[in-house]
Amino acid sequence: MIEELLQSSPGWANFGIFFLLGAVLLLIVLGFVTYGILAERKVLGYMQLRHGPNQVGGKWGLLQTVADVLKLLLKEDIIPKAADKPLFIIAPAIAFAPSFMVLATMPFTDKFQFADIGVGLLYYIAVSGLTVFGMVLGGWASNNKYALLGGMRAAAQMISYEIPLVMSVLGVILLTGSLNLNEIVTHQEHGWFILLQPIGFIVFFIASIAELNRTPFDLPESENELVAGYHVEYSGFRWAFFMLAEYVYLFAMSALITVVFLGGWLAPFGFLDFIPGAVWFALKFSVVVFIYIWLRATLPRFRADRLMEFGWKVLLPIALANIFLTALLKSLFF
Amino acid sequence: MIRTEEMILNVGPQHPSTHGVFRLVVKIDGEIITEAKPVIGYLHRGTEKLAEDLQYTQIIPYTDRMDYLSSMTNNYILCHAVETMMGIEVPERADFLRVIAMELNRVASHLVAWGTYILDLGATSPFIYAFRDREMIINMLNELSGARLTFNYMRVGGVKWDAPEGWIEKVRDFVPYMRGQLKGFHDLVSGNEIFLDRVKGIGRYTKEDAINYSLSGPNLRCTGVKWDLRKDEPYSIYNRFEFDVPTSEEGDCLARYHLRLAEIEQSLNILEQAVAQFPGEGPILAKVPKIIKAPKGEAFVRIESPRGEIGCYIASDGKKEPYRLKFRRPSFYNLQILPKLLKGENIANMIAILGAIDIVLGEVDG
Amino acid sequence: MSGEKDLEQLKKEAVAKAKAAAAAKRAAKAAGTAEPRQAAEPKQATEPKQAAEPKQEAKPVELVKADEPVVPPAEAGAPVNDADDLAKKKAAAVAKAKAAAAAKRKAMGEAPAEETPAETAPEADGGADDLAKKKAAAVAKAKAAAAAKRKAMGEAPAEETPAETAPEAGGGADDLAKKKAAAVAKAKAAAAAKRKALGEAPAEETASEATSGGDADDLAKKKAAAVAKAKAAAAAKAKAKAAGAGDAVAIAAGGDDEKEKAIAAAKAKAKAAAAAKAKAAAGGKAGSAATAEATDAKPSANQPYLDKYVKVIEENLGSDVLEDSYINKLSKDVPTLVAKRDTYYKIAQFLKYNELLGFDYLSELHGTDYETYMEVYVHFYSYKNRQSVALKVKIDRGEPRLESLVPLWAGADWPECEAYDLLGIKFTGHPDLRRIFLGEDWVGYPLRKDYQPYDVEV
Repeated sequence: MIEELLQSSPGWANFGIFFLLGAVLLLIVLGFVTYGILAERKVLGYMQLRHGPNQVGGKWGLLQTVADVLKLLLKEDIIPKAADKPLFIIAPAIAFAPSFMVLATMPFTDKFQFADIGVGLLYYIAVSGLTVFGMVLGGWASNNKYALLGGMRAAAQMISYEIPLVMSVLGVILLTGSLNLNEIVTHQEHGWFILLQPIGFIVFFIASIAELNRTPFDLPESENELVAGYHVEYSGFRWAFFMLAEYVYLFAMSALITVVFLGGWLAPFGFLDFIPGAVWFALKFSVVVFIYIWLRATLPRFRADRLMEFGWKVLLPIALANIFLTALLKSLFF
Repeated sequence: MIRTEEMILNVGPQHPSTHGVFRLVVKIDGEIITEAKPVIGYLHRGTEKLAEDLQYTQIIPYTDRMDYLSSMTNNYILCHAVETMMGIEVPERADFLRVIAMELNRVASHLVAWGTYILDLGATSPFIYAFRDREMIINMLNELSGARLTFNYMRVGGVKWDAPEGWIEKVRDFVPYMRGQLKGFHDLVSGNEIFLDRVKGIGRYTKEDAINYSLSGPNLRCTGVKWDLRKDEPYSIYNRFEFDVPTSEEGDCLARYHLRLAEIEQSLNILEQAVAQFPGEGPILAKVPKIIKAPKGEAFVRIESPRGEIGCYIASDGKKEPYRLKFRRPSFYNLQILPKLLKGENIANMIAILGAIDIVLGEVDG
Repeated sequence: MSGEKDLEQLKKEAVAKAKAAAAAKRAAKAAGTAEPRQAAEPKQATEPKQAAEPKQEAKPVELVKADEPVVPPAEAGAPVNDADDLAKKKAAAVAKAKAAAAAKRKAMGEAPAEETPAETAPEADGGADDLAKKKAAAVAKAKAAAAAKRKAMGEAPAEETPAETAPEAGGGADDLAKKKAAAVAKAKAAAAAKRKALGEAPAEETASEATSGGDADDLAKKKAAAVAKAKAAAAAKAKAKAAGAGDAVAIAAGGDDEKEKAIAAAKAKAKAAAAAKAKAAAGGKAGSAATAEATDAKPSANQPYLDKYVKVIEENLGSDVLEDSYINKLSKDVPTLVAKRDTYYKIAQFLKYNELLGFDYLSELHGTDYETYMEVYVHFYSYKNRQSVALKVKIDRGEPRLESLVPLWAGADWPECEAYDLLGIKFTGHPDLRRIFLGEDWVGYPLRKDYQPYDVEV
């Protein structure tokens, strides 16, 4: 359907349809973010012997995040006097927009996908790299030292970890011979890439945590050192935008891992085919999200310099070795 | 050419990891600290001045508020000073109650130190586990004294309240439970690579430095000085119990971390023995005059609080109020070495080092 | 180590029994004074753990005993049978001793003998530092006991050996403390028994005197020698008690070899035995009176330390640098030096760098406003020698100024800032003297007695 739309001639009806679809996806994503946050709080709560939200919206606190968002919307919008106003305002948008854009190429099922472009994987990685601008700009525009340090940390970290991220996924690309996400999924019919590329998966997963700025790589906003890092001066909905970007990336990254390493919407065994692909996708996706939350509950934070060392001296060489190994295997056995 | 500039960063007085209203003005080059200057006094309440107009018993609640994580030892140091001056012998049962209360409080205090330290390093869960166990202690002390934090439990000559029915048994049951928990704490954190990376070899100082800077408690023992006033200048009935003074030669944050956990273990040993030997009955308050008047003269006594050597100096002119009261507050002395340790470290290490010194701002500021 | 443990246990049991016996005897003999003790003592005998509290202020002998209940009751071993015999003997001895003491006290209406042990008892509780001394005392007393027993039963060797080994046990500090407690009690009992009438006081007194006197140098062995000899002397010429102790001190100062201890111990034992046989009970009231005086004059175990500090300081810095020096009895007997205003820094420096003093740790520094003058009180500790000292200096209140100790102890930094902030004492040479709590704009110094809070609106 979308293929046809993409090829049809532009017009208002066309625009309307796209806009509507985009809005639907946004709502889905926002729905995920709402309950993703709730899930994170609940899981963290139970792991930490607490209950988590349990007042707003029944005993599971189902409306807690909704209430939080409403509160953020109603909050006073504070812009520090000494801040660089235009940049300060635009930074959250810059941070958020790419997180939403990357979802366009994500094949949730074989049918539900917005843009089936040939270099989907490359697109994802390239666009997601833009978010760091938002963080650096926000940190710099705040005219706050903690924010600046946080922004700088974010820049250094994102750039450093993007490289092992890309390198680790090269093994998958080598085996598939394509950057198209649909093809990567269909290629996994006889074995997920997590089994064929275990080293690549581990490196990718670690780098993805760093990309997401989550514990143990949450240095840009490390609460205990930099108070809140790059968004320390933000409040109200601008702050919510940063948070939104973070959780949409969680969504996107979990989806990407599902697609690239866990076989996307495919059932693990042929005889389980009767269960729809969407369910399989959701299941795998949820497991990945849970592992992210689990790690957050468990690990302490890295130190900035050790983080860089780890990225450049450990992950990158491993990723390169993985490429070499994969190339060797491919030329010998495939 | 790129020109770099030093930046002055104000850490605190409102900051998640300063454990209170403590301010640290650091000059940083990138993230490397070139100079650090602690600024304190935000919590100064003039306890010593206030005490000059108060009777000795009335001062006890003020001591609660110095090191609010370990109020029992603070209570004790004041009572102990007055008792030393007046030559009061504390009844045995009161001594036992005091020791049990102090050691429970020591465990609670070290649990907070442990939990918040890991929290400072970015892991959130251990903090909550520590607080769960601390909560049990706090509840026990609440049953004993009627307060959860500012106990106001001890009096000159003994303690205010006797142990309620079944309380001693509770303490007895707590000891093995806590031992199991300690093992869990080690499993959870002590071997974690990221954690070790943050603390091993960080904030290291030598024995000579530690002594020169008047450090005490785990901060001193982590350099290999085997010194614990409970053992070396026994007060109360500590000479009746067998326990170790854990030390370490490393002198880094990891050593301090391990010492605190080891001290919890030793406190549990003391608790176990104290509970076993707890006298069935007896008075809990010595016969002391209604209005306590320390004899003319002066005294300085010191005991071991969880944070180190807490001391109390009383100059008395024979009246019912002290002429001059002075507390030697371990956090205040321990914090002095901070600027020296921070030089050349980065900001993440700053948090690790500050956390490992384990200060309580109420005590730093008096 | 197990052999030594057994010994301790024997002693403990013995003591416990002795107490019981003593109580009984006293019940029969002494009328007035004895009553409160009777109440206390049977309890001790049956429940050694609780011995401590009921009679805190009162009886010296009991104070000493209060130490042992720490030790859990012994398990039975081969030596225990022996122990029982010994215990019985001792019990008898102690009983007599106490009876005698009580009788004497009653007769005289004063209790000089009480004071002596009372003084020694706190030391017994004291730190590890004191242990050496205690040990020494224990040696001497144990020997007296041995002699006594020998005399009474004619089976000297059995007891002598344990008594001898006791001091050599040397190992754990705790053990020593316990042993000593037991030994003291026993020794007293024995000595008292021998002298029957009033002899108790001398033995105790000698021991305690020698203890305090003998540690001019802190070697335990010297003390052992001193104590032993003092005891011998005491027994031989009970009347010249003080002189005997003086001798002991002199000897102690001379002797400094480890082996000397053993030799001295042996000698002392022989002498003690001889003395016992000779029934040198001459002591009498005069003797105990002298005792009381002597102990009052030299009450503290820390006195020798103070003497040493003063001596070293005066030898090196001249005799007029100190304004005063005394033992602060209110403050756990800490040796206290009062420096003159202009020698304060010099003395502090000396305290830190002199090898014999070596006070490397500044524990506390603060000032006090005494309205006519200010005083700065500094408490030092030496990790090398495990000793404390307090240094005080009086300064002019009008313009309080003092040298900073930061160049010597980095730990003096903030405390001096605090004293400056709250009392206005200016420390010259301080690298960063600031108002650490109140801020530079605070008016007045709150801890001064004439401080009035400044309020702009008033």
